[in-house]
Amino acid sequence: MTDLPASKVDLKSVLSASARVDNSEGMSYLQSVPRRLVTLYLPLTIIVVVLLFPFYWMALTSVKPDDQLLDLDRFNPFWTWNPTFKHFHKLLFESYYPYWLWNTMYVAICATILSIVASVFAAYAIVRLRYKGANLVGGLIFLAYLVPPSILFIPLATVVFQYGLFDSPLALILTYPTILIPFSTWLLMGYFKTIPFELEECALIDGASRWQILIKIVLPLAIPGLISAFIFCFTLCWNEFIYALTFLQSTSNKTVPVAIVNEFVDGDIYRWGSLMAGALAGSLPLVILYAFFVEHYVSAMTGAVKE
Amino acid sequence: MADVAIPRAKPSMSEGGAWTQLKHNRNWLGFWFMVPAMAFLIFFLAYPLGLGIWLSFTDTRIGRVGHFVGTENYEWLWDDSIFWLSVFNTLLYTFVASALKFAIGLYLALLLNENMPFKAMLRAMVLIPFIVPTVLSALAFWWIFDSQFSIISWSLKHLGVINQNINFLGDTTWARICVIFANIWRGVPFVAITLLAGLQTVSPSLYEAATLDGATRWQNFRYITYPLLTPIIAVVMTFSVLFTFTDFQLIWAMTRGGPVNATHLMATLSYQRAIIAGQLGEGAAISSAMIPFLLAAIMVSWFGLQRRKWQQGENND
Repeated sequence: MTDLPASKVDLKSVLSASARVDNSEGMSYLQSVPRRLVTLYLPLTIIVVVLLFPFYWMALTSVKPDDQLLDLDRFNPFWTWNPTFKHFHKLLFESYYPYWLWNTMYVAICATILSIVASVFAAYAIVRLRYKGANLVGGLIFLAYLVPPSILFIPLATVVFQYGLFDSPLALILTYPTILIPFSTWLLMGYFKTIPFELEECALIDGASRWQILIKIVLPLAIPGLISAFIFCFTLCWNEFIYALTFLQSTSNKTVPVAIVNEFVDGDIYRWGSLMAGALAGSLPLVILYAFFVEHYVSAMTGAVKE
Repeated sequence: MADVAIPRAKPSMSEGGAWTQLKHNRNWLGFWFMVPAMAFLIFFLAYPLGLGIWLSFTDTRIGRVGHFVGTENYEWLWDDSIFWLSVFNTLLYTFVASALKFAIGLYLALLLNENMPFKAMLRAMVLIPFIVPTVLSALAFWWIFDSQFSIISWSLKHLGVINQNINFLGDTTWARICVIFANIWRGVPFVAITLLAGLQTVSPSLYEAATLDGATRWQNFRYITYPLLTPIIAVVMTFSVLFTFTDFQLIWAMTRGGPVNATHLMATLSYQRAIIAGQLGEGAAISSAMIPFLLAAIMVSWFGLQRRKWQQGENND
């Protein structure tokens, strides 16, 4: 499987318009403006509005006063003139939310670092050491990528229990890499392949060991790939739900997604404000990260699929 | 002469010997480089996978060691109408959601591939639903589909389409539609952006040549875009089908399988039976029953991948 075409797609051009302007300008003069309005801008607007509306709704709900939330007749539900930070205040000072945020971040960062380190070694060995059976191992790792958490959580729960890791962040830190390693290994294999072999040969002739080559030559050149793998793994960890739901029990140990679903959902009719505030606060860190690294996200996402 | 020249070199050679050879042996080195990744994958992936299948043949419960009971769990499930309902739901959910995700995703990719202002920003915005944790956006949908205060019911009432609120998540048909919609909403950006990456590898000169020959827009799509995109479509759709089929968090956040089990997927049912009811063996049997379907999806992926070799000619490396 390693001999698949390594996708010579210019990943940067996926997001930067400038890279392709010369090409795509080509035939657009064939279409008139009204036609473009109907066939391009109208459907595009509808799709983008539908895709973004839930976030608008989440944000709006989280700053609306309670009485406006439930009284749809006297107030226009689509806007509010007197926003309140009551829900966020409640979140920060009257719940475990800061703990949950900290747990999520702690687990995500530890699991990501562990997986990236393991993947760097594995990917380098598969691509450059080419030991006996490297291709087979590469294929097996790809298969591991296709094993979903939904069929592993029951046996993993018994394993976690046996090792005495139940209700501890360590349970998640050790199990998340099973989702992350296959993905990041494949991503990094793609990056390592693009590094010229000659550089390594030079270093070998100069007497460098494999370890020195990896640290001093390959890794500095693969930094964009490492960033992609890092932020994508981080997002996956943050997003993970079923393991966290199964392996954690005490309220203060939970991660944000699990805690919001379990702790905030009670019979209270006024829960919506704080529920949406919690959802928004849990998504914002990822959205901000995403805003800074859009291109890395896209290259991680498309890279893993195309390898 | 040999006695004169060699003495200085001799110590280093004998010191080198087996150890130096081993140090430079690719297989030996490769083995150590693979250890961390393989340790994780064997202990927390391969072993649990086997253990899960073993558990499905036992009557293990939470806190109690199980005994081998043969295929009893499977026989039990065979007569369980809720299990068959969950299989039906899962297939319906996967089929409808994947087909629509593909159609809308491909359409969106084609739209985004056009030349227009604010292109980069639009593309970045489209991907946001994929970035935000599924559970959190599912909660937003839960609120949007609320039975009393749904904004959709409100808007439709004010437009005069309906007279009373739609009970989105309380009615079996509506609940299915709503969870499928939420799944499509979350999956479309992934399909669209990956297909867009594929679209950008198609050379514009092909379209120019075809247009000069009098090809219509549909013919351009059918005979140029689609064939060149097939390999990547195969891979993207395999992933999409796989993750839709084993979906858990969206359902759990929105309906928990209700109303009257109408949205129970195999994953949510196995969680309910195994963790909430404590019947680990039975839950494991339900999740093991997903494996044949997953294998089928992997086969499709494999043949999709094989196909790109001849399509892209010597481009393999």
